[in-house]
Amino acid sequence: MDLSIIVNQYSLYLNGLWTTIWLVALSLLLGLFIAVPAGILRGSGNWFAKGPVWFYMYFFRGTPLLIQLFIIYYGSAQFDSLRESWLWDYFQEAWFCALLAFTLNTGAYTAEIVRGVIGTMDKGELEAAKAYGMSTWQTLRRITLPNSLRRALPAYSNEIIFMIHGSAIAGVVTIVDITGAARVVNARYYAPFEAYFAAGLLYMCLTFSVIYLFKKLEASYSQQ
Amino acid sequence: MAELQNYQGILLEGAWLTLQVALLSLILAVFLGLLGALAKLSHSTILKGIATLYTTVIRGIPDLILMLLIFFGGQMLVNDLSYSLNEWLNELFTTYNPEHEWYSFLPDYIDISPYFAGIITIGFIFGAYMAETFRGAFMSVEKGQLEAATAYGMSKLKIFTRVMFPQMMRHALPGIGNNWLVLLKTTALVSIIGLQDMVKIAGDASGSTQQPFTFYFAVALVFLFFTTLSTALLKWAEQKYTIKTR
Repeated sequence: MDLSIIVNQYSLYLNGLWTTIWLVALSLLLGLFIAVPAGILRGSGNWFAKGPVWFYMYFFRGTPLLIQLFIIYYGSAQFDSLRESWLWDYFQEAWFCALLAFTLNTGAYTAEIVRGVIGTMDKGELEAAKAYGMSTWQTLRRITLPNSLRRALPAYSNEIIFMIHGSAIAGVVTIVDITGAARVVNARYYAPFEAYFAAGLLYMCLTFSVIYLFKKLEASYSQQ
Repeated sequence: MAELQNYQGILLEGAWLTLQVALLSLILAVFLGLLGALAKLSHSTILKGIATLYTTVIRGIPDLILMLLIFFGGQMLVNDLSYSLNEWLNELFTTYNPEHEWYSFLPDYIDISPYFAGIITIGFIFGAYMAETFRGAFMSVEKGQLEAATAYGMSKLKIFTRVMFPQMMRHALPGIGNNWLVLLKTTALVSIIGLQDMVKIAGDASGSTQQPFTFYFAVALVFLFFTTLSTALLKWAEQKYTIKTR
């Protein structure tokens, strides 16, 4: 094993690490904006709101992320009306397509987590809120969401790790994230073992940092 | 849509290949998962250590990286190994017989097929997740049951096959189901290492027909069909094997 290759190319890997971090972080953040309303609507009794949300979650949780990315990145070129509009400036960029695919994907999975924790909310707390004369909106904001957030934390940390791992496919559509960097290094030196080994180490560091952070977060939450 | 019909046969073949890869990796994963869980629950520190290392490393690295590492890196490793073994054997012969001519005892180039690389990698990855599932399931089997089996004079093997295993499976079923659903979607990645599965075929077809959306969407629908079918079967199985209590 020739470690000098990894050492020589460390700046490429670090840039890749940064790309992976912002791509995943931004998708998770944007995904949360989809997931919370989607999860609440999914648990509601109104079929008019429930139907589309059900379909969205069913599609994005039932198909591979790779296919979702390919549909957005390659598939968008099939529509002439899209190619002629201003949207094409974005859709021809690999980073935008990856961001969109990751956001929609994590939004669907997180919505399922949101639905789960809201559905298993302690009834007594909701009744107490009602007895205090809180409106539906107040109950949601003051009781349901903070309480659910705490219970959603373990499942959500798993989702973050799935997203970090899933984001590796960004390297397939020309983005130089950690995987992309490894592909470039492999193409330059024909040293697949060293190239992907370094990428694996970086992903492992990232994963275990997240696990560590969430363990701390969970511990501080449960103390309160 | 007409284009899709032209590729219908070859796409279905690709779908069958995807399903094969998924099922064979599942078998490997269950096997490795059982071994991993038993190692984790054993009293040997070495076995525990190996199993913990296995599950920790796998859960830290993305499946795509592992696949590329095993397919490309493994290929090089196997060939280097085979070459150095050849060299060593030839040198050994030359020391005893100076007129010995170079001979390839092992093939100079071993080609790992993407089919097997895919199955081995996916099986290896999900073995780690299965190990966690099985470990939890083994631990949730009631101790009294095992004590009763011992009291009946059953041998260790009998206890495992008659009491431990059947009850463990009941607890493990939901976890196995979840792992299977993730595994199924992971098989889409084998197209990246060059296997002619339906994702690769859809890619080739969209190149020649200029209809990438149609083809990738069709592939998405096939995956959706597989996952829906699996979910339904799993629900049925869970209901069938659940402990009926009132």
